[in-house]
Amino acid sequence: MNIEESKDFLVSTASLKEVRVFSREVFEKLKLEQDLKDELVLAIAEAAQNIVKHGYKGVDSTTDRMQIKISMKDSELEIGFFDKGKAVVPGNVQHRKLDDIKPGGLGTFFIKQIMDGAVFKKDEKGWVNHLVLTKKIS
Amino acid sequence: MTYKVTEEGNVNTVFLNGEIDMDVTEKAKEVILPLVESGKEVHLNLKDVSYMDSSGISVLIESHQKALENNTKVIVKEVSKSVLKVIMMAKLEQILNLE
Repeated sequence: MNIEESKDFLVSTASLKEVRVFSREVFEKLKLEQDLKDELVLAIAEAAQNIVKHGYKGVDSTTDRMQIKISMKDSELEIGFFDKGKAVVPGNVQHRKLDDIKPGGLGTFFIKQIMDGAVFKKDEKGWVNHLVLTKKIS
Repeated sequence: MTYKVTEEGNVNTVFLNGEIDMDVTEKAKEVILPLVESGKEVHLNLKDVSYMDSSGISVLIESHQKALENNTKVIVKEVSKSVLKVIMMAKLEQILNLE
């Protein structure tokens, strides 16, 4: 089944639940198995959280919105994240070492564990950052 | 997220309920950390936690480390399947006290 759905959200921690609800609804339509759905929802929520936490670091509140686009074509799942926060330097996006036990730094690790690919692309529609997560669904 | 705290002897049990994400971690820490700092043993019951992300995992790590500093312990109990998967993904099942 091919699908393409997109939704925008206020950049806020309060939107993270809404992000998960949207993601679950899309994956429900794709009839993915529960464990895979849970993992994908986690990856999406972590990427959205990174926008709020790092892209808008130091910003108390904003009216900016972020957009999430989930598409599936020929068993290739692609999830796009668009935001107007601080420009991400891809080389600086790193997770902490797992044996360095401390709070924080796990979100990016989870994304890399769950997804096959995570790349920042040049956006031509006025967004600052465009992250694309991909995964082959067998 | 909602919570309930019970006290029995030297053990405080925090029953957490719902989804734990970045939006509620401060609230979770405000409930858990003072109990740990008081030196009592704290049990975190997660049977009704349906979702936890890296922010929630950070609360578990911080609680565990705060307990070590205060010569007490935090025991994570009745972890739901979905949360256990996240704990294991973070390779923390040997670090946290799980029961």
